[in-house]
Amino acid sequence: MTSMKEFLVLKRLTRWAVAAPVALALVTGLSACGSGDSGAAATAAPSSSAPAAPTSLTVFAAASLTETFTELGKTFEAANPGVKVTFNFGSSATLAQQITQGAPADVFAAASPATMKTVTDASLAGAPTTFVRNKLEIAVPADNPAKVDDLKDLTDPKVKVALCAEQVPCGAAATKALDAAGLKVTPVTLEQDVKATLTKVELGEVDAALVYKTDVLSAGGKVTGIDFPEADKAINDYPIAALSKAPAPDLAKKFVDLVLSQQGKDVLVKAGFEAA
Amino acid sequence: MLFALALIGMAFLVLPLAGLLIRAPWSTLPQRLGQPQVLEALRLSLVTATVATAACLVLGVPLAWLLARVPFPGRRLVRALVTIPLVLPPVVGGVALLLVLGRRGLVGQWLDTTFGFSLPFTTAGVVVAEAFVAMPFLVISVEGALRAADLRYEEAAATLGASRWTVFRRVTMPLIAPGIVAGAVLCWARALGEFGATITFAGNFPGRTQTMPLAVYLALETEPDAAIVLSLLLLVVSVAILAALRDRWVTTA
Repeated sequence: MTSMKEFLVLKRLTRWAVAAPVALALVTGLSACGSGDSGAAATAAPSSSAPAAPTSLTVFAAASLTETFTELGKTFEAANPGVKVTFNFGSSATLAQQITQGAPADVFAAASPATMKTVTDASLAGAPTTFVRNKLEIAVPADNPAKVDDLKDLTDPKVKVALCAEQVPCGAAATKALDAAGLKVTPVTLEQDVKATLTKVELGEVDAALVYKTDVLSAGGKVTGIDFPEADKAINDYPIAALSKAPAPDLAKKFVDLVLSQQGKDVLVKAGFEAA
Repeated sequence: MLFALALIGMAFLVLPLAGLLIRAPWSTLPQRLGQPQVLEALRLSLVTATVATAACLVLGVPLAWLLARVPFPGRRLVRALVTIPLVLPPVVGGVALLLVLGRRGLVGQWLDTTFGFSLPFTTAGVVVAEAFVAMPFLVISVEGALRAADLRYEEAAATLGASRWTVFRRVTMPLIAPGIVAGAVLCWARALGEFGATITFAGNFPGRTQTMPLAVYLALETEPDAAIVLSLLLLVVSVAILAALRDRWVTTA
């Protein structure tokens, strides 16, 4: 291929780059009701290294804490004028990797002790505190097309099931619960975090999924939750810790205190978490 | 000055790859590569990227021809529309595909009730996601080649009585073959690395929809070493194939 041709392609590209956004607005407008990007990109806040008191706090939190922590973040900002709280929500395992690779986070709230351990083992956080517990539920689309009503129904090969990948906390919990029930389920997909799993139910692409009770509640009327007894064998503890290399250590401690306070507990329990 | 910037640019692109090589767990490499799920993911990646490229060729070359050779009202808009996947975040592309081809999607619903067939969570779904993201690369490349090609050959063929299809097949195609090959290579490479649309639309299940990029992402959750090994393997295989193609096709063209 000649360089002239490459140049021509490039020229085309730049012209399209101008024309595309107009049409793009149209398409993204249509698809905005779907799930957000739960990819790995860490949106670390640009924490200033100036000697003045830090004005930004970066919290890495499990995907299942999205709604509650966003609310607590607003409370925190109101109580600390001038401070901006930035969240990075994702699978706890991904977040733990990002922290051990040096992502500038102040607080880490994980959905399982195992993922928190990755961080404490690297001496990047002090002793974590368990702040809530979460339980699995069977999530089905509001109209429950496959008529699922207990865990055993998920073993039916005609029922499409989404589970979290075993590497992430909700997947580990699902495996534990299914083992406890002595059931073998063949899912159609192993999703990268609990919100992605929930989205597949919300869109009706699967007939059932195992997600946290809090996620079922957060989906509003689009998803129905079904309790099952074996969920008690796979309860996830959520630990939180201020990180030892936090750019804003004082704010980090304050935020952890807020989460552990009665006010924090009320927000979390209202969303379906069990108090630790 | 120009040299300095060029060197910085090169370092920026090459250093991360060097990082992968330096941090690779060489001692456990053979054992990690021998795991059946690794080869399964690699095979799936190569097969789906190739099928997706074939599909893109069948649909994309005529589309590029339409955009380059047939004047019609709204052509600029259509051109902008078909290149959207280039700028669309792939995850959004995946959701858009679900909304159309999913079990409850506009078209998918009909597929499901009529044929009892649904694309998400199938290998065919992976191909669809990859083709959606990769086809614009082919279309742009081929359209550029078409615009650069000399129209007089086609006109001469037409005046000698060749039909539109014959002109396209016997004159246009050979004329723009290098552009088609270059586009197909770009398209294949993009399909091979596709992650966002695939995991969103086709899900992730080993052996069926878990391609290499998905395997890398999930390995990263718990075993960064395994992820590095998988990335290296994908890198080596794709570089080998692209280098072979370049020698065979691109330079001679």
